[in-house]
Amino acid sequence: MGETADQIFVTLQHSIAGYAPAGLRPVLSTMLAVIAILGVFALLFAMTTVLERKGLGRIQNRYGPNRVGPFGLLQPIADGIKSLTKEDIVPQAADKAVHLLAPISLVLAAFTLFAVLPLGRNMVLVNLDAGVLFFFAVSSVMEVAIFMAGWSSRNKYSLLGAMRAIAQMISYEVPLILASVTVIMAAGSLSTVEIVARQSGYSGILPHWFVFTPWGFAGFFLFMVAATAESNRSPFDLPEGESEIIAGYFTEYSGFKFALFFLGEYIGMFAISGLGITLFLGGWSAPLSFLTWIPSYLWFFAKLLAVIAMFIWIRGTLPRLRMDQLMNFAWRFMLPMALINLVTAGIWHFFEHGVLRWIVCSVVVVVSYVLLGRGLTQGWKLERRIYRFAE
Amino acid sequence: MLFTTFAIVTVAGAVAAMSFRHLVHSVLSLIVAFAGLAAIYLLLGAQFVGLAQVLIYIGAVAILVVFAILLTRNTREIQRSIAVSSWRQSVAVVFAVFGVLAWAIYGSGAISHVMRPQPEVAIQQIGDALILRFALPLEIIGLLLTVALIGAVTIAMQEKKEKR
Amino acid sequence: MTQLTSCLLLSALLFAIGLAGALMRRNAILVLIGIELMLNSANLNFIAFWRYGPHPEALTGMIFVIFSIGVAAAEAAVGLALIISLYRHIRTTDIEEVNSMRG
Repeated sequence: MGETADQIFVTLQHSIAGYAPAGLRPVLSTMLAVIAILGVFALLFAMTTVLERKGLGRIQNRYGPNRVGPFGLLQPIADGIKSLTKEDIVPQAADKAVHLLAPISLVLAAFTLFAVLPLGRNMVLVNLDAGVLFFFAVSSVMEVAIFMAGWSSRNKYSLLGAMRAIAQMISYEVPLILASVTVIMAAGSLSTVEIVARQSGYSGILPHWFVFTPWGFAGFFLFMVAATAESNRSPFDLPEGESEIIAGYFTEYSGFKFALFFLGEYIGMFAISGLGITLFLGGWSAPLSFLTWIPSYLWFFAKLLAVIAMFIWIRGTLPRLRMDQLMNFAWRFMLPMALINLVTAGIWHFFEHGVLRWIVCSVVVVVSYVLLGRGLTQGWKLERRIYRFAE
Repeated sequence: MLFTTFAIVTVAGAVAAMSFRHLVHSVLSLIVAFAGLAAIYLLLGAQFVGLAQVLIYIGAVAILVVFAILLTRNTREIQRSIAVSSWRQSVAVVFAVFGVLAWAIYGSGAISHVMRPQPEVAIQQIGDALILRFALPLEIIGLLLTVALIGAVTIAMQEKKEKR
Repeated sequence: MTQLTSCLLLSALLFAIGLAGALMRRNAILVLIGIELMLNSANLNFIAFWRYGPHPEALTGMIFVIFSIGVAAAEAAVGLALIISLYRHIRTTDIEEVNSMRG
């Protein structure tokens, strides 16, 4: 019973694809999976927009939208109708082709990211040998799309917002990739399916997720902070902050293209949370060994919803970081922390199982966190010594 | 068929990159050319190299060129020609180079070669080769990238000490 | 016209286009873009020979291209830093204007 419920979508896909002639069968099964992914994540996007507004509203001691439908849950439909029927204003001096191409390429790149995420047991679209590398390669295409959006509007503030966004995304890509490299080292493979398979054992009732190791815990923290910065979400949303630079790089967009940008950003957020879950939180595996009868895709989406709730909570709670604070944080705290984490993961691998490796690795991680944190907040610099003599 | 499409896209992107007057259009066509090349690498079975091409060239080098363009902009649009004064000699040289290369390709044994099946390359093998057989080049390129990073930052840094 | 020949011809064509841009354009940044195209065409050559040549399991072509991409990125960074530094002195990126040895 648990097995059939777990594999129900896979068997459904095979049975529908069985109606096609043998040559077209792989094409048809891939297309079914693509349609399913597009449908599910578009629905999740619609749900997240209303959940975020209600969540932020409650954090700010007010109701969120509650007019359309019961408890405001049909708000996305109203939003969709509004953005589709708004007039599409393109500035006269704008570069028309690039202006149109930017949101389209952002959404295309964002949806392509889901091709390597295993959404359940045997439920990955393409089992690439270099899955994690594919993910990072496509997310760097998203940076180019943001530049295209900011530049094609021929607006000083849009360009400034786009430049800031790209600088932020490139700076935070380094600790993101370094945190993923620790997981790749521990799992021995770049394939996402293999990484989840490594985390699916249980010792007693506790799972073997990478987040339950010292380096994995630090790596998860680094990954999630860098993911927040990569998706331009608060507290790293200076490039698109409403009170700073109007809307940054999508100031000049209206109507459907604005909705496409919104969609692209949220889908990018889902995808990178999905990667974080795959790398650190065990993908589709259950947290306790007696809960494995619940289907794997339900666990993946439960974890995804928990991470999204975390993002919404942080957005409502923390103030926005300034550009220089953001860059300092990336280069002077996260990068050294990620490098020390890499060394810690190596130490963990070469010690034998036991209490000693827990103690050594935890001490290294905690001490470096405290020292780097103190260095960042007190502004320690590597400078030449200035000698002052008594006058 | 697929190869021909990607080849046409790449050549079109390269020609456009070299002939636009506006620099940012030129960089965007260069990105198209890089993407076409990455698709050709993936078609030839070099998965790691194709994805590394997208990540490094499109995600880093193209953005670096864009930043450089935006930092060195001339605010007034000059109506000069886009080519140097010695462009006729350059065209002759380019045709000569392409002629020599094409003659070398057709005259070599590449015309009659045996078709091999797609080699199955696991990423693990690339990792093993890099650490075991090519360990010294790996260390040297690490050093080279560090030196290039420090050098680029030093050269492009604003000099602050001149206002006294 | 075998597969290998078409790959090599594409590589030669890209090299010629990159060379044309590097020799003919006035702006220094476009010269650098031409150089990047030439490096890419050489990488394509290596991958084509890795795929269609003898001993593809030795991975030599692929490893060479990985290092070549790294070196090209480093060289682009330093070249662009030089162009930015030059712009601060002369206020132009036109290579025909950079024709005196005086600082």
